[in-house]
Amino acid sequence: MLSTLRCIVMRDLTLAMRHRSDVLTTVFFFIIVVSLFPLGVGPDAALLKEMAAGVVWVAALLASMLSLTRLFADDYNDGTLEQLMLVPQPLSLIVLGKVLAHWIISGLPLVLMSPLLGLQFGLEGDELIMLMVTLLIGTPVLSLLGAIGAALTLGLRGGGVLVSLLVLPLYIPVLIFGAGAVTASAAGMGADGHLSLMGAILLLALVLAPWASAAALRISVE
Amino acid sequence: MFNLFKYSSPASFYPLAGRLAVGFGIASAILLVIGLYMSFFVAPTDYKQGEGYRIMFIHVPAAWMSMWIYVVMACFAAAGMIWNTRLSSMMASSLAPTGAMFTFIALWTGALWGKPMWGAWWVWDARLTSELILLFLYVGFMALESAIDDPRRAARASGLLALVGVINVPIIYYSVQWWNTLHQGSSIKVVDGGIESSMSEIMLWTLLVMTFACWFYAVAVSLSRVRSTILERESGTAWVKTLLKGEQA
Repeated sequence: MLSTLRCIVMRDLTLAMRHRSDVLTTVFFFIIVVSLFPLGVGPDAALLKEMAAGVVWVAALLASMLSLTRLFADDYNDGTLEQLMLVPQPLSLIVLGKVLAHWIISGLPLVLMSPLLGLQFGLEGDELIMLMVTLLIGTPVLSLLGAIGAALTLGLRGGGVLVSLLVLPLYIPVLIFGAGAVTASAAGMGADGHLSLMGAILLLALVLAPWASAAALRISVE
Repeated sequence: MFNLFKYSSPASFYPLAGRLAVGFGIASAILLVIGLYMSFFVAPTDYKQGEGYRIMFIHVPAAWMSMWIYVVMACFAAAGMIWNTRLSSMMASSLAPTGAMFTFIALWTGALWGKPMWGAWWVWDARLTSELILLFLYVGFMALESAIDDPRRAARASGLLALVGVINVPIIYYSVQWWNTLHQGSSIKVVDGGIESSMSEIMLWTLLVMTFACWFYAVAVSLSRVRSTILERESGTAWVKTLLKGEQA
């Protein structure tokens, strides 16, 4: 089981390393979206600090969603996906491996970049750490839920726009608790409750999402 | 025992759906007339909210229906997945537009009610926000279904999405509620619950009549929509051809 998982993850990571620009595009998209907000609402430091968590989180949502279409599409186009579905190991495990690789490629860089962007918005010390921690727990959920949408829209025309329509409403709880945790810790209220809820959502998604994505893949590839 | 599965075949369900649609349609029209008369002329003016509160008689049933239809839709989608019955997924997809319409009515009438009562068309209240997200879920369901050309794949994919959505609905609802109490941005609260308890009996009856009118309307409309879907999907089969010939003759 674990060797299958590792094999899939390593394969996807190797493929991503061969197309490094794809990875960088997601990160730069994230940075650009975050930088657009001060330009839009004005350089007022107090206002920016207040909205920092929300802005970074919304940008992370969009960046993670942007890379979703590639999750299964390449494998689907060259027929690898069909071969993967014939493998004796459960499909949900393979999906989990692909999601894990997707998170390492598109989610982890966002987590690592976030303190820098937080600094630009005037966040300090604990708030920066909290922003990183929430993204660390939250971005895997985005990849997991997004995989369902990516699997459902596989091979459809206009799949990219459609996937956002399907997936973004499902991202809302993560956004609320993620941005809420940073705001709560900035207000000195403590964010344990938010973090626990995010952890619960992560566990729930970890159990159910690969299974649902596998079902969706079976529907899409027939 | 009554054989439920007899009617899971489109051919035997089609005439039944026609009869039920007419029945529910008539019942809905009668109830709507009674309900509208009661809500405009019988129900007394509210001492606090004046005449404006009468919007509630369409707003509350629409909000209830929007949520209930999503659950029913998900149940049909689940049935379609479990027993692989074509009719269940057709029912799920014919419920979606009605559900989306009720969600929209609930939001729209809520805005009309909010302006005189709260002084704002829209506030980021937990109920309003989750109703808006429900509308997104309906739109996503319909968009996915219409984007897939193969009807079988469309039915199964949108069915899976409905199931994922129905698991998420309580999570979204509570997260929005907690988000709202944490932010506590507005001092305004939706007072539906407050009205409910202090509501006079005649108002409650009016609300009930209107709810059933909306409910029967939803049943009638989705049944007649499913009839069209059946005819479209089964257009190649013998029974549809004989049916159409009979109607032409």
